[in-house]
Amino acid sequence: MDQDIQIKITDRDGTSHAIAAPTDMALNIMEVVRLYELAPEGTIGICGGMAMCASCQCYVLTDHSLREMQDEEEAMLSEAFNVKPNSRLGCQIQITPEMEGLEIELAPED
Amino acid sequence: MIETDILIIGAGPTGLFTVFEAGLLKMKCHLIDALPQAGGQCSEIYPKKPIYDIPAYPEILAGDLTEKLMEQCKQFEPGFTLGERAETIEKQADGSFIVTTNKGTQHKAPVVAIAGGLGSFEPRKPQLDAIAFYEDKGVAYMIKDPEVYRHKKVVISGGGDSALDWSIFLSEVASEVTLIHRRNEFRGALDSVDKVQELKDKGKINIITPAEVTGLIGKNKLEAIEVTKSGESPVRIETDSFIPLFGLSPKLGPIADWGLEIEKNAIKVNNALDYQTNIPGIFAIGDVNTYPGKLKLILCGFHEATLMCQAAYQIINPGKRYVLKYTTVSGIDGFDGTRKEAPKAVVKSIN
Repeated sequence: MDQDIQIKITDRDGTSHAIAAPTDMALNIMEVVRLYELAPEGTIGICGGMAMCASCQCYVLTDHSLREMQDEEEAMLSEAFNVKPNSRLGCQIQITPEMEGLEIELAPED
Repeated sequence: MIETDILIIGAGPTGLFTVFEAGLLKMKCHLIDALPQAGGQCSEIYPKKPIYDIPAYPEILAGDLTEKLMEQCKQFEPGFTLGERAETIEKQADGSFIVTTNKGTQHKAPVVAIAGGLGSFEPRKPQLDAIAFYEDKGVAYMIKDPEVYRHKKVVISGGGDSALDWSIFLSEVASEVTLIHRRNEFRGALDSVDKVQELKDKGKINIITPAEVTGLIGKNKLEAIEVTKSGESPVRIETDSFIPLFGLSPKLGPIADWGLEIEKNAIKVNNALDYQTNIPGIFAIGDVNTYPGKLKLILCGFHEATLMCQAAYQIINPGKRYVLKYTTVSGIDGFDGTRKEAPKAVVKSIN
């Protein structure tokens, strides 16, 4: 579909998935992971997408400019584990057309 | 031994509404929850956040929803075992179940309703070498008895409310309190942040930021920690205790070993009928269950609880016929002797 973008998500087992992510459904990265069941239910998006857990932490592997980190996300990441400089919370990043070609990797489960 | 009709595991919205629906059918309920208060995620994770899809509430804060549910079920006098996690279940010869918590409290009921949401909330543990070895030997993830820390050296890590609040509290109890956080900014109630600043200025709390605890040291028990400030080499700090406070995360936990069919980290139930699991007498309702088309919504939990209570009624009152009564018509008779009913119309002539 026209409004889909192609992105690559590496799951927690190291398998890379090339997927089409819709830009017209107000989805964020955490929701796309759930949409395609790339992480078992109950291990991602535990707080529902409120930046109040870090179960959707991912590493951004490409240099796309993404929505700037807000206070809530920064605070949550500062208490998360396995945090790297390219860590983000998937639930805080909405899928937009500019993200075509984005590659991310899911951080390990806590 | 606590005895009841329906033993509910999980005191979140679904569990609380079960008390009400069971009460209408004259069945008593007792709830077990690992958290110290009722409300589940609604009170633990997001009490101040609004929910917009509770029927008839265009907007309600999660904490207020919990309060309303408590008020709604109050007349059916639910019992609570809070701060304890349901650990084991044993089926008795008479068909009833005994559920024992991690603290040894025993509960007996003919029907068990698991309304456990995503599981019981467990502290998130930092990934440090040998941290498991030091648990109860200086490392603790929650503070049960602050007196344990009297005249001791304590290191707390974390940047949220509990790290701030306990640093404040322990500054009066412990001989030395060090608070370590990965950022310079703390996230908590303004009062707590200001108070910690004040205690830091008075030299009552040492603050090390932005830094992380990177190692644990000690032969038979914790003797010191290694802390690394970003961009610097690790420093050793002598301490008796290390308390990482990084919030809680839900885990299905011991329920996963109860012989129930699990799929997608949830308990499989029969949604064509009554949300019973593969073990007769054990039901699973709300976010903890799964079936084709399942939606993890509070409102779906309410519906599941209502149907489950009908099946529980048949187990508790075998062969007894039941006919649905509307609360508007029949009113509600509480177990506490109260009665609620619609006001009667008057019959009076108008002259």
